[in-house]
Amino acid sequence: MTTITRTPVLALEGISKRFGAVQALTEVDLEVHAGEVVALVGDNGAGKSTLIKVIAGVGPPDSGEIRWEGSAVAIPSPGAAQALGIATVYQDLALCDNLDVVGNLFLGRELGHFGVLDEVAMEKRSRDLLHTLSIRIPSVRIPVASLSGGQRQTVAISRSLLGKPKIVMLDEPTAALGVEQTAQVLDLVERLRSQGLGVILISHNMVDVKAVADRVAVLRLGRNNGVFDAKRTTQEEIISAITGATDNAVSRRRARTDQLKDGADD
Amino acid sequence: MTDPTGEDPLAGPTRSGRHAKTGSFDDPVAPAGPAAQAQVDPRLLVREQGLAGYLGEFKRRMRSGELGSLPVVVGLIIIWAVFQSLNSQFLSPQNLSNLSVDIVATGLISVGIVFVLLLGEIDLSAGALSGAAAAVLAVLHVNQGWSPLAAMLASVAVATLLGFVHGVFFAKVGVPSFVVTLAGMLAWTGLQLWVLGPNGTVNLPYEGLVASLTSTYFNQVIAAYGLAGVAVAGFCAISFAGNARRRTAGIPTRTTGDIILRTAVLAVMAFGAAYVLNQYKGLPLALLIFLVVVVVADFIQRRTRYGRKVFAVGGNIEAARRAGISVAWVRISVFMISGAMAAVGGIFAASRIASASQATGQSNVLMMAIAAAVIGGTSLFGGRGTAYSALLGMLVIQSIASGMALQGVSNSIQFMVTGAVLLAAVVIDSVSRRSQKAAGRA
Repeated sequence: MTTITRTPVLALEGISKRFGAVQALTEVDLEVHAGEVVALVGDNGAGKSTLIKVIAGVGPPDSGEIRWEGSAVAIPSPGAAQALGIATVYQDLALCDNLDVVGNLFLGRELGHFGVLDEVAMEKRSRDLLHTLSIRIPSVRIPVASLSGGQRQTVAISRSLLGKPKIVMLDEPTAALGVEQTAQVLDLVERLRSQGLGVILISHNMVDVKAVADRVAVLRLGRNNGVFDAKRTTQEEIISAITGATDNAVSRRRARTDQLKDGADD
Repeated sequence: MTDPTGEDPLAGPTRSGRHAKTGSFDDPVAPAGPAAQAQVDPRLLVREQGLAGYLGEFKRRMRSGELGSLPVVVGLIIIWAVFQSLNSQFLSPQNLSNLSVDIVATGLISVGIVFVLLLGEIDLSAGALSGAAAAVLAVLHVNQGWSPLAAMLASVAVATLLGFVHGVFFAKVGVPSFVVTLAGMLAWTGLQLWVLGPNGTVNLPYEGLVASLTSTYFNQVIAAYGLAGVAVAGFCAISFAGNARRRTAGIPTRTTGDIILRTAVLAVMAFGAAYVLNQYKGLPLALLIFLVVVVVADFIQRRTRYGRKVFAVGGNIEAARRAGISVAWVRISVFMISGAMAAVGGIFAASRIASASQATGQSNVLMMAIAAAVIGGTSLFGGRGTAYSALLGMLVIQSIASGMALQGVSNSIQFMVTGAVLLAAVVIDSVSRRSQKAAGRA
């Protein structure tokens, strides 16, 4: 890509993690630059969740190096991840249905003096934030229970942005959303990218991945199985990397014969 | 090119984003622009201006089950009308003044119960705690010769500590609140009997601080009217100041007509109550304390970080935890508040009859406190409610009791009627929750 910066904001190198007898991650690498959407894909059990937990500070790796803007860091806790500038939006949205949009956006970091809430300041910042992200919500003073699934997802994503992160990690943001709502969320992902944030998008939906991702990192059985340029790779190639369809006797033989043919052409 | 210097990513639309498919920020037709205002989703409910708008909003709220305190207010009016038609003494200043003092003890317990209900939990020990606190107060003050103030503080401290014990067993050990406080109810009843000793009753002096809590009336006419005036003026000033701040910040404001209407309603109620109280002995100190406690509790619940945490834990525990809220601490502190309020209620109950006995805080006190909170509109399911429900609910319950006493109806009928009112309140809560779900608001 032409827009990516030279030093990645977040770089994982040789990350390994095991749970008892299961080697969940083996020597996994991942790089995320500012202003880039990296899709992290893989089948169930490929190690996506484990890798997210490593980045979010929920489950630190057994070995490997994490570099943040070029320098090695440790992410031992979710708080450390947030302090660095990594925001995670989990699949189950973790919104309080009984609170309004403002209450949810500022949950756990309310503005105020001496413990008394400053509702005016919070409402103004909420409106500004939603406006900046072009999010349309009927009113910031209605309980989130009355929002649609897509609107709730955008509220959850907006909430992660209040901490001014540099990397936003979205776990299946379009799962269980309709066509229109999915489009809203994908629009939001592109707006995050255009603001210079690095986005890690975990998704099973190849259409969404192709639509917004710049690069696609494939995990298979806890290992890297290729990083693809989303614009120049077909959906089939990504799917075969996910399922391992490329890694069988037929494909290996074809690869060998192709090499032979290339050699003959030279 | 995006700029890698790591500025505030939300700094605003001045930075040129790269050309994403949907257009960048400074694009004049970006969805955030004025064009977006015009294409508001047509299904959204937009409130009209003026009186028609208020009526429309009101109808929509009723249909979608956001009843708020309307059912209890309507219920209270019906109850008062019925008892007044049966006995013209019911709405007499003397009866209403007595009523306003009778609600205080159980009402204070109910304020603590509201906090617990907001978490979606229950505190069954509040009645026993209030009895134990009254016993501690009486024994320390009368038998041990402590000053009344020190004895009161000690009894509140003991009850707060016992509430802390409930909270720790619930939040840290993981025992359901129902069981913890059921055990507490039994244990603290035993504590009450043990503290009172073999006599079982300790009489409090008729003169003195404790008794004066419920026997003091500010009989100057200015006291009640002054309080009403301060409340109305304060409400009006806060509303207009808030509106001015909102206008400066450029966010939606209430209309002036709205504020004036609300102020007028408050003024009618406040001055009406002041007039009635002045017809008898004047403003009761106990009522004043109760009103202050309710207003402070409401402020804590709606306007402080702590209150927001309580609502968040009551709404979605997992969301609260992920937002960095210490769920265990919120739970423990709420049970401490409930314990402290139970003790304060127990002190007023002892003050009212000038003694602490084995019966203080027993029988139906706990059930009345919980029923008051629920009748007043606080949900049993957590996350919805207000401190004012303690006041409104107690008015309903005590009005029924007082009206029936005037009619000479026996206790048995009183219990049955109060039970029916409680059931009606819970039915309204459940049904309104269901229609809120249907309207996508729960």
